[in-house]
Amino acid sequence: MSVAAPGRYDPWADALSAAALLAIDPDGLKGAILRTLPGPARDAWLAAFKAMLPAATPMRRAPAHIDDERLLGGLDLAATLSAGRPVASRGLLSESDGGVVVLAMAERCSAATGARIAMALDAGEVAGRDDRHAARFMLIALEEGVEPDERAPDVLAERLAFALDLGSVRVSATAMLTQAQIATARADLARMRPADERTIESICTAAGAFGVVSARAALFTLRAARAAAALSGRGAVADEDLALAARLVLAPRARFAPSEQTPEPAPPPEQSADEDAGSAEQTEADAAAADRVVDAVQSALPAEFLAQFLEARAERRVEARARGAGAAAKSAKRGRPLGARAGTLRSGERLDLVATLRAAAPWQPLRRREATAASAALVLVRRGDFRIRRFVQRLESTIIVVVDASGSAALQRLAEAKGAVETLLADAYVTRARVALIAFRDVSAEMLLPPTRSLSRAKRALAELPGGGSTPLVAAIDAASVLAQSERAKGRTPLIVFLTDGRGNVGRDGATGRAQAEADALVSARGVRAANLAAVFIDTSPRMRPGASALAAEMGAAYAPLPFVEASAVANVVRANAPARR
Amino acid sequence: MRAVFPFSAIVGQDDMKRALLIAAVDPGIGGVMVFGDRGTGKSTAVRALAALLPQMRATKGCVYHCDPDADAGACTDDCPSRAAKGAVKTELLPTPVVDLPLGATEDRVVGALDLEQALTRGEKRFEPGLLAKAHRGFLYIDEVNLLEDHLVDLLLDVAASGENVVEREGLSVRHPARFVLIGSGNPEEGELRPQLLDRFGLSVDVKTPTVLADRVAVVRQRDAFDRDPKVFVSAWTKKDGEVRERIVKARASRGDVSLPDEVVECASALCMKIGSDGLRGELTLIRAARAAAALEGAETVTTAHLRAVAIPSLQHRLRRNPLDDVGSAPRIERALAEMFDA
Repeated sequence: MSVAAPGRYDPWADALSAAALLAIDPDGLKGAILRTLPGPARDAWLAAFKAMLPAATPMRRAPAHIDDERLLGGLDLAATLSAGRPVASRGLLSESDGGVVVLAMAERCSAATGARIAMALDAGEVAGRDDRHAARFMLIALEEGVEPDERAPDVLAERLAFALDLGSVRVSATAMLTQAQIATARADLARMRPADERTIESICTAAGAFGVVSARAALFTLRAARAAAALSGRGAVADEDLALAARLVLAPRARFAPSEQTPEPAPPPEQSADEDAGSAEQTEADAAAADRVVDAVQSALPAEFLAQFLEARAERRVEARARGAGAAAKSAKRGRPLGARAGTLRSGERLDLVATLRAAAPWQPLRRREATAASAALVLVRRGDFRIRRFVQRLESTIIVVVDASGSAALQRLAEAKGAVETLLADAYVTRARVALIAFRDVSAEMLLPPTRSLSRAKRALAELPGGGSTPLVAAIDAASVLAQSERAKGRTPLIVFLTDGRGNVGRDGATGRAQAEADALVSARGVRAANLAAVFIDTSPRMRPGASALAAEMGAAYAPLPFVEASAVANVVRANAPARR
Repeated sequence: MRAVFPFSAIVGQDDMKRALLIAAVDPGIGGVMVFGDRGTGKSTAVRALAALLPQMRATKGCVYHCDPDADAGACTDDCPSRAAKGAVKTELLPTPVVDLPLGATEDRVVGALDLEQALTRGEKRFEPGLLAKAHRGFLYIDEVNLLEDHLVDLLLDVAASGENVVEREGLSVRHPARFVLIGSGNPEEGELRPQLLDRFGLSVDVKTPTVLADRVAVVRQRDAFDRDPKVFVSAWTKKDGEVRERIVKARASRGDVSLPDEVVECASALCMKIGSDGLRGELTLIRAARAAAALEGAETVTTAHLRAVAIPSLQHRLRRNPLDDVGSAPRIERALAEMFDA
């Protein structure tokens, strides 16, 4: 039996259980995300999963960059041309009806493709050209991201029951389930009585405790628990089933640990006021059941998943999602397609084949009549039919605000700096720029906020910023420079805004000492200039010092001494230096 | 045809349900924007409402399933109603719900040259897009804040004018496209431009229920539905029927609901008090109040109706400090309390 023994958490056994549950209830659980680089663990899991499915189950592999025509079906252009009548082609999703779609490199999958697959998952069918085709499939999304924010589109993550991280899993020989066992479990599942109130309540309580708000997650947990019960040959959901389901479904979705003060008030168990007053004992038993589910989830969370880490991860996920829409093809001709226009094919231009055919199509009968009889071409395309793709690139800018929160910047100034940053944020809201926030104090520079457009999050991050300690200016310059270069790699225009007095006293090696720190800062500053990054240096020290202006000059930044850190003055300086918008 | 979760079985989310019903009674209200997390039943509610609406009579054979009464003569030249002499053949169709996928191209949305016809017969024909499909129904866009801005502009423009005008690739087509635009989005993932927001008629926030009993109820209902959709749907048929009845009656009586001057004054006073820009807020407020009154079967619009729809009609039209965490709803509530409770 592959269900893990209670108390000891074995990720590989759990992963195999997930495969079995999927095989038992494909319609209810929809699929899984497998997060790992290609390797033996993934291959072993996929092989085990395939072995559990009925032999004839179709299993199709889809690349992340699959086009809509292939995904959903459409007009088969080649066949249409040769047959002289419309030939429809079925898409991969409907071809996989009743089977499995394996989406390779799901983290590269565009939000649009993700949305289409999600729609098909929801509807169980795809709309073809003429009619609808059934498409009830399971989706196994292979996530090969290395960075934490390289993830499958969130619309998919939301709609798949499981997310298995096989990155650090050790494959061990585990007894495989046979297809016969799965078939029996399927039959049992169909006969199983509906879940009782207590089960549903403990699921909802546990979901609330981990900040999992989506009703889909609670439903997946319930379905997974029922499938697990069927697998164990039980007629009803037992605690082990719930624990397994919660580990598999709720743990990957957890946004914070339950011990932490929850942002949304977690509903106390006695909230169900309609219950009889006499059932206090019952309530207690319910709470105990819910606690066991919570424990199960916690056991599945890796040790390093401390509360803050979870919080940070949730935020990153939000950001990764938000980024999806803006990310465009990273070619020399990037940007949003602006349709096609007539033109000639020069090097570097991209032919829009469909638009070209569209342009040529109405003239075909006429041209065929004019053409010499020898012409065997099926489509007669003239030079004037060529359509060239056009793109517009929206100049997106990212303002990276680096705030000095150290003791030397004086605590009362920190409040003023916060005010200035808020004004900048309000400005960014109007110009649709992204804002990132880096604060430095003590020994390190910390990214409080990855580039975002969400002002509510920016404001929260800023409010939580503490002050005091030494001034690790070097680390701050380096962090800002790395972030700015990665933003530029994504096709955005970064602008770094330093709000500091420029008096660093922590060197590159982390040791305190002003002389070494200032020398290191100059080196880092040169790096900024060498990378050709735009920067503004706002000197917040009460008296102008040559050191700060020299640092600014070294990084090629616009230097603005603003000893009073007025919010509007800071905003004006940044506005004056902001990248031009088109 | 897959079974659709019944509208009346949706637990809670009364604001969203009321806004959708108002839009169903008066499609001219200009769409509904729903803000909220994933898994809060947004798409379920939209689909459920469409499934519940009475079937519509449409011109048989018309690709735009045009309304034989309202669209007479307004449909395209291809419409059989143009050719037919005397009575037009009609058929009954369910109210369409069209999903607009995030990556939809402009071609797909507005329609384009029919490549098939062009290639095989050399005819220049228009292939209708999603806007045509959504005519007289609902166009649902999940995560409208992630949609390309130019597409949102286009959609709002068509939604407001009720007509899709296509001038491209040598085509010149105009066809009716009256639909209720329903957008949903999650404000954490980037905000919607204020000028777009203003063009949605109503705006509601949906939240995951915080009461355990409600969450349990949500899961229980959905689980019961998933296990046996047929039985579940038939158990709710009667309640859904009652809602349908209310919509049908409200549609018929909407025009007859009287609107006293003092209610209009009240609406204007409220809008001035909270400082909403432009007149769109007042107009929507009045329209929504009228629809709400019709839904209740009332003969006169009262300030109580006004109050009930004030927040969804106005909350997205207030100038606000983008950094202000407090939404606009409390401001409207305060203004309402000052006006009516004093």
